[in-house]
Amino acid sequence: MSEQMVDRSAVAAQQPSTTASPRKEAGYVHRHRADWRGWKFMWPFALVFVFVFVVPIVYAVWISFFQNRMIGGTSFVGLQNYSRLFVDAQFWSSVGRVALFTVVQVPIMLFLAGVMALALDSLKLHGTKFFRISTFLPYAVPAVVSTMIWGFVYGSKYGLVGSLNDVFGTNIDVLKPSVLLAAIGNINTWEFTGYNMLIFYSSLSTIPHALYEAASIDGASEWQTIRRIKIPELRGSLAITVIFSIIGSFQLFNEPSVLQNMVPGNAITTYYTPNMYAYNLSFAGGQSNYAAALAIVMAVMTMAIAYMVQLKSMKEQMK
Amino acid sequence: MKRMQEAQRSVEFKEEMRKARKAEADRARRTISDEKAERRRAAKNGFSNPANPSRSIALTFVCALFVIYCLFPFLYLLVNSTKTQADFTSTFGLGFGKSFALWDNLVTVFTYQDGIFGRWLLNTVLYVVLGAGGATLLAIMGGYALAKFRFPGRRLCFAIIIGSISVPGIALAVPQFLLFAKVGLTNTPWSMIIPSLVSTFGLYLMWIFSDQAVPDELLEAARVDGAGEMRTFFQISLPLLAPGIVTTALFTIVATWNNYFLPLIMLKDSNWYPLTIGLNQWKDQASTAGGQAIQNLVITGSLVTIIPLVVAFLLLQKYWQSGLAAGAVKE
Repeated sequence: MSEQMVDRSAVAAQQPSTTASPRKEAGYVHRHRADWRGWKFMWPFALVFVFVFVVPIVYAVWISFFQNRMIGGTSFVGLQNYSRLFVDAQFWSSVGRVALFTVVQVPIMLFLAGVMALALDSLKLHGTKFFRISTFLPYAVPAVVSTMIWGFVYGSKYGLVGSLNDVFGTNIDVLKPSVLLAAIGNINTWEFTGYNMLIFYSSLSTIPHALYEAASIDGASEWQTIRRIKIPELRGSLAITVIFSIIGSFQLFNEPSVLQNMVPGNAITTYYTPNMYAYNLSFAGGQSNYAAALAIVMAVMTMAIAYMVQLKSMKEQMK
Repeated sequence: MKRMQEAQRSVEFKEEMRKARKAEADRARRTISDEKAERRRAAKNGFSNPANPSRSIALTFVCALFVIYCLFPFLYLLVNSTKTQADFTSTFGLGFGKSFALWDNLVTVFTYQDGIFGRWLLNTVLYVVLGAGGATLLAIMGGYALAKFRFPGRRLCFAIIIGSISVPGIALAVPQFLLFAKVGLTNTPWSMIIPSLVSTFGLYLMWIFSDQAVPDELLEAARVDGAGEMRTFFQISLPLLAPGIVTTALFTIVATWNNYFLPLIMLKDSNWYPLTIGLNQWKDQASTAGGQAIQNLVITGSLVTIIPLVVAFLLLQKYWQSGLAAGAVKE
């Protein structure tokens, strides 16, 4: 086995024309032979990926065309699950909620992350290293734990908010339905600002310092350096963070699901977010086929939005 | 005799290392004091070095507010893990209780319900070692293949993997569950480990890392010398990829350690729960009819859950920060 490998790679080494720089050997007549060596390293990932990713998605599409009834068993219903979904008020209310969440929370989080990254990169802070690590630390906390901590903090009965209400004689309730989404947004902002900050910070740190020196000799002010050098550099990583954040908030599940029992009453319904709706449909309602259709529609929507953002940012970079 | 020589050499080596570290620390200290002097001079003559600007107290103060926001839940967790259940419900949220019950709480966490928390901790470690460890290994090999070989199907692999990032977890989880149920894998550790083996983010990181850290010339040289692909990979490439591997491992470990959704749907038997699901079950005990509220245990358990990851992030800072920096270069 190993001898064979040595043989084959030795052959490949003698004829590098199949792999690298074909232009150099322009004089040779070289056969275009496929170079399969990469698969030696790629196959384990590809195999597991097919098993846990490709097959389930194909399966989801397949079962979304069926319906399971108490009487009559599973039957083919074509696009009926999808047409039902398009008039499902509960589904659309959940989509509306995550859309609102995305539009408000993502800009706030990315703005904070960007400002923090610029502040760290300015080298003007006392103790930059401490600031960097402590803003990133929340990322290491599981969503379940951070939601529980914030849930205890929010609690008006024996939480921190409750204690503060006692001290100041106020009657603030951050878990009432009208502000609940903002309370969840705060949890997400706490969890992920540091992570996004680090992505911004990393891309800022790739700017060569000579550029700043040149700008400073040319008499550029601090603000001009930020506007003309740093912010343009952030554009590329902004596209990535925006896409990841949109995907993340469209998939909102952990925080509302953990918070469900900590919130008085039924403020967090079983269809609070699309993911919660799908989860409850398939695991409590026994409607896996309908849930599969929902999941596919959400996947297509998410991909479409991610694609549009990508396209927009690419166009901007072309300018 | 030989062993003594070796022992002698290792002592010498340690001594050398100690000296090197001391020299490094001295150098860092000198740099700091030199930079300070430079800033003082700059303040006097008005010509400042852009790589060493004067520190701003106002900016530090504003950023400190944000750091307080980031750190205060940790403080809340620490303070409240020292309270008894009675103190938790009756005393001020950020103040200490009447008694210091941290040790009692820790003991109770590990003995409550016949010590099931210990079992959850071991389960989590098992999932992390096999799931995240495997994911890291697959990501290293896959990323290396994508960066260093032009094999048939490479572009397709690439497109599928990038596309897969935007597929929501739920779109996968429901059919994954149904498929796993068909082959009888649900409610076993495998249902948690196998899906954890795929980390597209890890693959992406390793691809960028391999692209930058392993020079093509080195691989060609090894091949000319007659080394097989596997040998080249293990002896030449792997050592060069070390910082990237630490970063990837750290992120897959966090993803697996913190996973909530996957075990929630796959596992019904509380003996296979990881910490996240177990803690959530303890928390929900307060809201079930006749259930005993054990928030002090939930909080202390949470503290135990996050400590390993926080420590790992603090100790391995150098690696993951350079790892993410490499990722940003490519954007």
